[in-house]
Amino acid sequence: MNRSPYISNAPSVSIIMFKVLLALVPSILAYVWVYGGGILVTLSLATVTALSTEAAMLKTRKRAIKPFLFDCSAVVTAWLLALALPPLAPWWLIVVGTFFAIAISKQLYGGLGYNPFNPAMVGYAVLLISFPIIMTKWPAPLILAQSQLGFMDQLHYIFGNALPNSVTMDAVTSATPLDYLKTQLTLKHEVQNITESPIFGTLGAKGGEYIVVAYLLGGLFLLQQRIISWHLPTAFLLALAFISGVFHLVNPAQFASPLFHLFSGASMLCAFFIITDPVSGPTTPKGKLYFAAGTGILVYLIRVYGGYPDGVAFAVIFMNICVPLIDANTQPRVFGHPK
Amino acid sequence: MNAIINFFKKLNNTASASSIIPSDIIHSSEVFKFNGGVHPPENKTESTQHPIEVLKLPKKLVLPLRQHVGNMPKIIIAVGEQVLKGQLLAEAEGAVSAAIHAPTSGTVSAIAEAIIPHPSGLPDICVTLIPDGLDEWIAKPVMQDWRNADKNTLVASLRLSGIVGLGGATFPTHIKLRANGKSGVHTLVINAAECEPYITCDDMLMRERADQIMQGISIAQHLLGAENCVIGIEDNKPQATDSMRAACVDIKGISVKVVPTLYPSGDARRLIYLLLGIEIPSDKRSTDVGIQVFNVATAVALYRFFTLGEPSISRIVSMTGNVQSPQNFEVLFGTPVQDLITAAGGIKSGTSHFIMGGPMMGFDLHCSDLNHCDVPITKASNCIIAATPNLFAEPPPAMPCIRCARCADVCPVSLQPQELYWFAKSDNFEKARDYQLFDCIECGACSYVCPSNIPLVQYYRYAKSEIIAAAKAKEAADLARERNEFKLMRIEREKIERTQKHAQRANTGAANINGANISKAEKNTEKRRATVETTEMLAKTNTVPPLANDETNQRSANEQVAKKQAAIATAIERVKALKAQTSNDVKTNSIGLSTAIKDENLQSGVVKTGTVKNSEITEQEKPKKQAIIAAAIERAKAQKATAIAEGDAPKNTEPSSKTIQAEIKEIDARRKEFLPKHKE
Ligand code: SF4
Ligand code: SF4
Repeated sequence: MNRSPYISNAPSVSIIMFKVLLALVPSILAYVWVYGGGILVTLSLATVTALSTEAAMLKTRKRAIKPFLFDCSAVVTAWLLALALPPLAPWWLIVVGTFFAIAISKQLYGGLGYNPFNPAMVGYAVLLISFPIIMTKWPAPLILAQSQLGFMDQLHYIFGNALPNSVTMDAVTSATPLDYLKTQLTLKHEVQNITESPIFGTLGAKGGEYIVVAYLLGGLFLLQQRIISWHLPTAFLLALAFISGVFHLVNPAQFASPLFHLFSGASMLCAFFIITDPVSGPTTPKGKLYFAAGTGILVYLIRVYGGYPDGVAFAVIFMNICVPLIDANTQPRVFGHPK
Repeated sequence: MNAIINFFKKLNNTASASSIIPSDIIHSSEVFKFNGGVHPPENKTESTQHPIEVLKLPKKLVLPLRQHVGNMPKIIIAVGEQVLKGQLLAEAEGAVSAAIHAPTSGTVSAIAEAIIPHPSGLPDICVTLIPDGLDEWIAKPVMQDWRNADKNTLVASLRLSGIVGLGGATFPTHIKLRANGKSGVHTLVINAAECEPYITCDDMLMRERADQIMQGISIAQHLLGAENCVIGIEDNKPQATDSMRAACVDIKGISVKVVPTLYPSGDARRLIYLLLGIEIPSDKRSTDVGIQVFNVATAVALYRFFTLGEPSISRIVSMTGNVQSPQNFEVLFGTPVQDLITAAGGIKSGTSHFIMGGPMMGFDLHCSDLNHCDVPITKASNCIIAATPNLFAEPPPAMPCIRCARCADVCPVSLQPQELYWFAKSDNFEKARDYQLFDCIECGACSYVCPSNIPLVQYYRYAKSEIIAAAKAKEAADLARERNEFKLMRIEREKIERTQKHAQRANTGAANINGANISKAEKNTEKRRATVETTEMLAKTNTVPPLANDETNQRSANEQVAKKQAAIATAIERVKALKAQTSNDVKTNSIGLSTAIKDENLQSGVVKTGTVKNSEITEQEKPKKQAIIAAAIERAKAQKATAIAEGDAPKNTEPSSKTIQAEIKEIDARRKEFLPKHKE
């Protein structure tokens, strides 16, 4: 019996997933600081939903529950979805989104390793299409909000969908910069004037940019740990910077700067945590470059021309469809074969 | 600026596998990194603490006849015979084969099946020798100075040496050296990388016997006509490097290059690239671009044969792992592994099994009793590791592939292991071949890094064996179909003949059924050519040995096939010529025949007769020419059949396909752990 190799030097799937979770911790802390502790509730809710959905599905599909539950991949999906949702979302939104991500987009396709689409993004897209109003209603960062919601108030909102009596919805929400930019541009305002609004920060959104920087740090950690390959984030960010740079140079009044696009919305989350999902992404080095660059360009086009303020979910899902094609056409040259 | 120039130089060198290698590449310390590779823990220091020790004479030697790639040698002694040390026991048979000699003097006590060191654990024919303790040499041939002797005679004499590649590939060396003169080998690469963890036999050999190695190299260079020689040593063997450098300091044309420690740098094609920046095309052998590769131990064997007149009867083996004092031993072939274990102080507690070879490509030895492992050491045995569950943990159950591409990152051949795995698992062999499954060297680097613990290499072995088996089966089926068609044809023809005879009696203008259909004949020839191609493919893939440190073996088997192919082609040519003649005859004397034979199939059937035993045809009292055609085709067939049955499909693939089946069973079992319970 030839069982070689007898040795192995591979982190298990659980370790890999665990490190991804670890890399998300700084952004969660930043999140709490910017939007309050509500996110912790959202995260827990998503985690519990994801794990129970996963377990139930594994049981229905008659698969071993333990190894797949402890591979942590469901938790990663849950966290990514929770972080992508608005911080003040009713509980059922979180539950429905997570359930959809795990049950439909992962388990029904065959479970770990078989899902062609990024589960978190499928969950997000379904929610965005079904509940566009709630999904685009972002609370203002605490530093900007007219009235502050305490942790208990947030809890109350998540589970009871009610705000304290003294507070109106408008007082706690505000348009996200991407959203604001889009609406203002349709009103024929110029980018320079629009970005003077207090909701804009130095890099992206006021407050929100801290979370974005935390994503970047977490991503660098993953790179250093060799959990993700450099191809994906690099190509994504370069492509996004390039296309926004070209548009911006041509017409600075109409198109925001590359810096703004890189540090707004879900760009960084996408670059380091979404498109780096190995299962639904390409495997060849060249393929990764095409895939990530394609996503970057699509994100920009959807932001500028699409019906939604941010385009990450749709861009990623679209590129997921292209993965088999990309892989098949980017096979590296095998040693000793003609160049 | 210099860097840029160098870069372009490099590009130029890698782009064209030029036949002349600039001497600055041979003599510089520059190496060319290949893609991928892994760094498993080396664990080499344990067995390099003591010098090589000559193992004392064992009580019994068991010599498997099949210790090399190729044909089983022919036994020329009988049970009960007294033999002397170095006496020929079995001589090489066929082109690709190697002789077996008595490692010491004694009595042949048995020629029977015994367990051999092979992954399958299946027994094979072995000669058992009971040493008489005298260790008395047979009269050694007086070797004339190889420098002045005729090269062809020298190479021919190598057939008697029993020397095979000792790096693990065990390809008969006389074939690798035969290429002299016409092949234009200009560079000899000496494989001293020894990249597998634990193994140190080459390291110790270089430290202690560098002079012998150098002499062996000079002989090989002389025989090949190779003006250059590059020795590649991994940088984890500084003492060996120093010793080798010191030994070749006065020798022109030999350079020692240190390559980075990176598994699998000891794979011949990877090493050639590392040292020379030349990528051997996948469908060529290294000798096609003027490079031949030898292992250091093989060089020493050459030295011993050509200067001392000693055949290949021993080798250095590392005995390491969970034993009291790991060490390298000089071991006679046929020595039971137990003798090595005892010499190394015995096993320590916790030993669960023994591995032959390294932990990346080795295999389990099948010892019924841990304290009496009587599996013999063969020419392929470079290392024995006493394993414990601690050293080599059982892999956790395999998880699904998460497409992380870690495997692709480390594959030294730049394959996409995850895709190959997917195709192998879904029995999509056609695709697996498209993705160059047969370029996989089974190095195990991909499995080594797989977070899902998928036994990838087992899947590749399985897929390869299935593809080969399918090709063989197809060929057999084609043959059967042809035979059946002929049978039907013959019945039909007999019917026609009977009617014809009646007609003949009625009409004295006798017609001769001789309508050979040329286009059909060509079709048939084409078909045959196609089968020959399959044979060639089989030869290429089959000969990849479990430890392919040496790539030449597979290529040389190809050569053999090519030869046979040529023979078949001549036979077919002959048939064609005859047929053309026949058809001309037909033209002149088949007037009025068309009425007799209307059926198109019938006409073509006449050609099909070629595929049958010619005796049957003469029975039918057919025209003589037809019989000749049949005979020629039959001859071609027979030749082809031997081509398949013999050397081209080396015997060692037979047990291994069984192994693979067992492996797959195990994989399946593991996979099932995740499948629905009721399916089990
Ligand atoms: S390393 Fe294993 S899990 Fe990762 S892509 Fe390769 S086979 Fe799949
Ligand atoms: S075993 Fe084959 S596929 Fe795996 S790394 Fe080695 S050559 Fe590549």
